[in-house]
Amino acid sequence: MEFISILSIFVMACFVGYYVVWSVTPALHTPLMAVTNAISSVIVVGALVAAAAKGGAASSWLGLAAVVMASINIFGGFAVTARMLAMYKKKDR
Amino acid sequence: MELVVLPAWALIAYLASGVLFILALRGLSSPRTSQAGNRYGMAGMAIAVVTTMATQAPIPPGDWLPQPTPEDLVILAKIVAALALGAVIGVTIARRIAMTDMPQLVAAFHSLVGLAAVLVGWAAYLNPAAFGIVGADGFINPVSRLEMGLGIAIGAITFSGSIIAFAKLNGNMSGSPIMLPGRHIINLGTILAILGLCGWFMTDQSLWVIAAFTALAFLIGFLLIIPIGGADMPVVVSMLNSYSGWAAAAMGFTLHNTAMIITGALVGSSGAILSYIMCKAMNRSFLSVIAGGFGVDAAAGGGEAKEQRPWKRGSAEDAAFLLKESEQVIIIPGYGMAVAQAQHVLREMGDLLKAEGVRVKYAIHPVAGRMPGHMNVLLAEANVPYDDVFELEDINGEFAQTDVAFIIGANDVVNPAAKTDKTSPIYGMPVFDVDKAKTIMFIKRSMGGVGYAGVDNDVFYMDQTMMLLADAKKMVEEIVKALAH
Repeated sequence: MEFISILSIFVMACFVGYYVVWSVTPALHTPLMAVTNAISSVIVVGALVAAAAKGGAASSWLGLAAVVMASINIFGGFAVTARMLAMYKKKDR
Repeated sequence: MELVVLPAWALIAYLASGVLFILALRGLSSPRTSQAGNRYGMAGMAIAVVTTMATQAPIPPGDWLPQPTPEDLVILAKIVAALALGAVIGVTIARRIAMTDMPQLVAAFHSLVGLAAVLVGWAAYLNPAAFGIVGADGFINPVSRLEMGLGIAIGAITFSGSIIAFAKLNGNMSGSPIMLPGRHIINLGTILAILGLCGWFMTDQSLWVIAAFTALAFLIGFLLIIPIGGADMPVVVSMLNSYSGWAAAAMGFTLHNTAMIITGALVGSSGAILSYIMCKAMNRSFLSVIAGGFGVDAAAGGGEAKEQRPWKRGSAEDAAFLLKESEQVIIIPGYGMAVAQAQHVLREMGDLLKAEGVRVKYAIHPVAGRMPGHMNVLLAEANVPYDDVFELEDINGEFAQTDVAFIIGANDVVNPAAKTDKTSPIYGMPVFDVDKAKTIMFIKRSMGGVGYAGVDNDVFYMDQTMMLLADAKKMVEEIVKALAH
């Protein structure tokens, strides 16, 4: 992909992010941080590419270490978000 | 110029996972839709991981099924083991963590994203062919070098900054600001050096350049956060949240991956908006928070003009009697409530009052707690229904029709000096108009201590104020006992 088309996606996504995040209710700002934490671990994509690549022992070990870290974040982040969201209850269920 | 040629289905899959992440955040607009949103997020992540694994599988041209060699199977086993190890650690932590410790946990998680970005950047530097970023001349593409460099630098700042934030929030390190002489010059110089080296990296891909800016970025993350005081950590944690997003986005540029770019932009804006909301709720500029040192000068200034003013002390029985006779009670919890772990017994008190026909509402200031929305989570954990909980601007008009404003563990957020005293360090900060309530009950450990900003509070000495001096949890327990009679 060309740099300019990637940049376009990025700029559009910043605007989407801006409006979506403002619509998040303040009561859920802590779960918002936990879930953004989990999704920013999509960096695992790069970690997996590095870990799977041949022709470089050092880079594949770095990749594997990054896979562990991102994985802690993915599972930990989504699990703790789910735990928090389950606590928000309505009156008189 | 050779690019990674991903099949069309993979590009669409990454786009889908990006869209699912947008829906995950969108779900948080209401507690009703939030759990579905979280599941969209999980689905998006699963798609991203599976797609990446599939595109890396050794499929010979013209074939459909992978033809793995034993070497490939060893690699696959290592990757699965790494994912499983992370899953076990992550889920264990998520299950065990106390809700009061959420800010530390989030800071720790940010540090992992930051370090992962640094490692991925270095892996791409060491094995650029795997990332398809080698140019025709055999060197890494200059644009990719810049993207990689920025990703590593932001990741390293996120890592070391989050470690300091974690240590301050977790109490491994004092929350008070550590002020180095000439720190603004040192910090500015270091940041310029990092940017200069990242630029230089575009012309010279030597090991020393990338090593130098990586080391400097780790250092600046540390230097930037040590002068910031403990109670400003909500802003810092939000800011680091934003950085972890920008680091992921920079890596997305290196990999030409839409899922990473969309996510990076979402997380980056999310953190930036939360920092803005926090700063606004304290009426401080983002720069003044980042410059650090708040809480030192103010504490020194608060000592003067200490004339003794009369105040009234109440007992748990008095408080219980007044509460029971009220029509509407607004409870204002602050971080002191969380420290005393009083949220559960507070909810019990609320339930008893509701049984007596009293309207009970909870009012939450944006900076209550140690991270955005922290107090809401603590009340939710104590089973307070979320429709009893109100934000500052939604409830501030109701104090005039309120019989009792019940302040527990909060102080600066009810200080009228923020509205009237131009010399006060908290002047301009939006506060609750508790002085309009018929009675104010103020739970506080003693008359000695002051809030984080180190300023005296006129509310203590008002005619309608009843000071309940005790540990927050003990006092509420006694009120509950008195109400039960």
